[in-house]
Amino acid sequence: MTVAAAAQPTTVAARFSPGWITQLLQRYILHIVVIGLTVGWMLPTIGLLVSSFRPFALTKTSGWWTALTPLQFTFQNYTDVLGQSNLGQAFFNSFMVSVPATVIPVTIGAFAAYSFAWMKFPARNWIFLALVGLLAVPLQLTFVPVLSFYVNTLHWTTSDLEATGIPGLPWVPLWLAHAGYGLPFSIYLLANFFRALPSDLFESAEIDGAGTLTVFFRIILPLSVPALASLVIFQFLWVWNDLLVALIYVGGAPEVAPLTVNLADLTTSLGQGSNLLTSAAFFSMVVPLIVFLSLQRYFVRGILAGSVKG
Amino acid sequence: MAAVTYDHVVKRYTADVTVVKDLNVDIKDKEFMVLVGPSGCGKSTALRMLAGLESITEGQIRIGDRVVNNVAAKDRDIAMVFQSYALYPHMSVYDNMAFPLQMQHMKKEEMDKRVRNASKILGLDPFLKRKPRALSGGQRQRVALGRAIVRSPKVFLLDEPLSNLDAKLRGQTRIELQKLHRELETTFIYVTHDQVEAMTMGDRIAIMNAGILQQVGTPGDVYDHPANLFVAGFIGTPTMNFVPVTTSDSTAKASGFEAKLPKSVPAGKGTLGFRPEALTDRPSADGSNLQMKVDVVERLGSDQYLYGQVGSDQVTARVDPRMKVAPGDTAQLGLDTRSIHLFDAESEAAFF
Repeated sequence: MTVAAAAQPTTVAARFSPGWITQLLQRYILHIVVIGLTVGWMLPTIGLLVSSFRPFALTKTSGWWTALTPLQFTFQNYTDVLGQSNLGQAFFNSFMVSVPATVIPVTIGAFAAYSFAWMKFPARNWIFLALVGLLAVPLQLTFVPVLSFYVNTLHWTTSDLEATGIPGLPWVPLWLAHAGYGLPFSIYLLANFFRALPSDLFESAEIDGAGTLTVFFRIILPLSVPALASLVIFQFLWVWNDLLVALIYVGGAPEVAPLTVNLADLTTSLGQGSNLLTSAAFFSMVVPLIVFLSLQRYFVRGILAGSVKG
Repeated sequence: MAAVTYDHVVKRYTADVTVVKDLNVDIKDKEFMVLVGPSGCGKSTALRMLAGLESITEGQIRIGDRVVNNVAAKDRDIAMVFQSYALYPHMSVYDNMAFPLQMQHMKKEEMDKRVRNASKILGLDPFLKRKPRALSGGQRQRVALGRAIVRSPKVFLLDEPLSNLDAKLRGQTRIELQKLHRELETTFIYVTHDQVEAMTMGDRIAIMNAGILQQVGTPGDVYDHPANLFVAGFIGTPTMNFVPVTTSDSTAKASGFEAKLPKSVPAGKGTLGFRPEALTDRPSADGSNLQMKVDVVERLGSDQYLYGQVGSDQVTARVDPRMKVAPGDTAQLGLDTRSIHLFDAESEAAFF
């Protein structure tokens, strides 16, 4: 009885105490800010989506937010985009560019990152520093030297798609370019992640008899799935959405050009066909969305839990 | 099963950073040897050199008759339990224990037999399918032990394996480790900073400080006959009382009392050491009595600790709990001179 009687005034007091207000503010303000940021970030995308379903004439005269009055929807933009004869080829090209251009830098990056993080070799830190420096180099700077190397030294030209010497794989120049552009970041991200793994694990594995490669494949890789998944998403999105690099290295040849080049060709320089860009943008978004959603479950927090703490 | 020998072992990182200085220890076959010392004393480095995780700057380490200085860690036939356990978080308990055997390309049936055997010894059967994160600290610790056991190594290395456990579990595990040592009949080398662990578990204890081995001996040896001031102060709780004295012949004169020494020493300055239990509430037969101005009294039921001043020195006494003392009193205490120690003021080495 005494306990209950004593407890009551405290709860009443607690309800009006500043601590309670702080808690409320913390909870709701945090949510409001997060939701606000999300909405603000998504608004243009939503506008794009709405516009893609509106008739071209209407989009020129009124904003997308008036779409409900009058309600006029059409699939014309989508049928126009999908109706292009070479869309299938472009889609296929995009895959043939994006998948290897993701796998190559992530794989090489993982091996390199392991050596930077856990192996001792001369000038290791200097090389790593140089690598981080490369992150700051704008890729436009590399177009002329790399292209002249491709054309003048290797004689890979866009007019001869078999020039790489590998029949059926005219995307090799693009793979190499994307791998090169993606590697510094791959190595940097993975090396930092690997470095954060507890050294006891490696020492234990060493005593248990695991060699360098075994440690890499049986311990580092399984523990680095979250880092690898995010890196794959980054790199895949970057390559899939890339227009510039594809245009520079393989030009507009429809046999090799990825989706982005194909879609960019829809509009003329005079702005003709700009209505198609809205639906084209959404169409090209499908694959990255699938990639993101399917890899999302690998972002497991606390994957290291239970390994080295008491 | 093998003896381990540290023969003039030195570990130097740079010219002026030497963490292990001329270490010489002979660890016998099947012995439970504890390396103990304050943090940074080089005990872990000594263990890691034996494990093959650190190179040996000078000297030799032998396992059995084999010099292992240039043998890779995996070929030394040792197993190590880490302070952090270092379990592989993405593998089940079973796979964690099977990992070292897989690395040896052992046959499936033999591997299974060994893992199940270790799991039975350690009571891990219900958890074999679980991941480390689903285990308690004590269970993780046993998995780490299991991973060491399955290999049936020549030498077990344990680097502070109990320090991540809570006090109660630590006590239990201490006993289990001793049982395990008896069952496995293998050499154990155990590193700890905790002198209680060292005293309770070790067949012998090697005490290190600042990279230098101070003393090797049985727990009784190092407790009753510390080789120097450091060992005397490090082993035993509460710590030994140290009082500066002037000696002449066979008496030591402190600021507040005089003690009869069991043998005569050269006249000069020194440090007199006596454990709290060397003080009793009965007068000493040889007249080595002292008066303590009591500041604090701690009653623990089985014991009673008195903290106070004798002359100008701080002294702790462990006396009969029935003795009636209150803070502020002056207690008449007798010093049992059979168990006192005298240390040289300069070298800090023990005369006795």
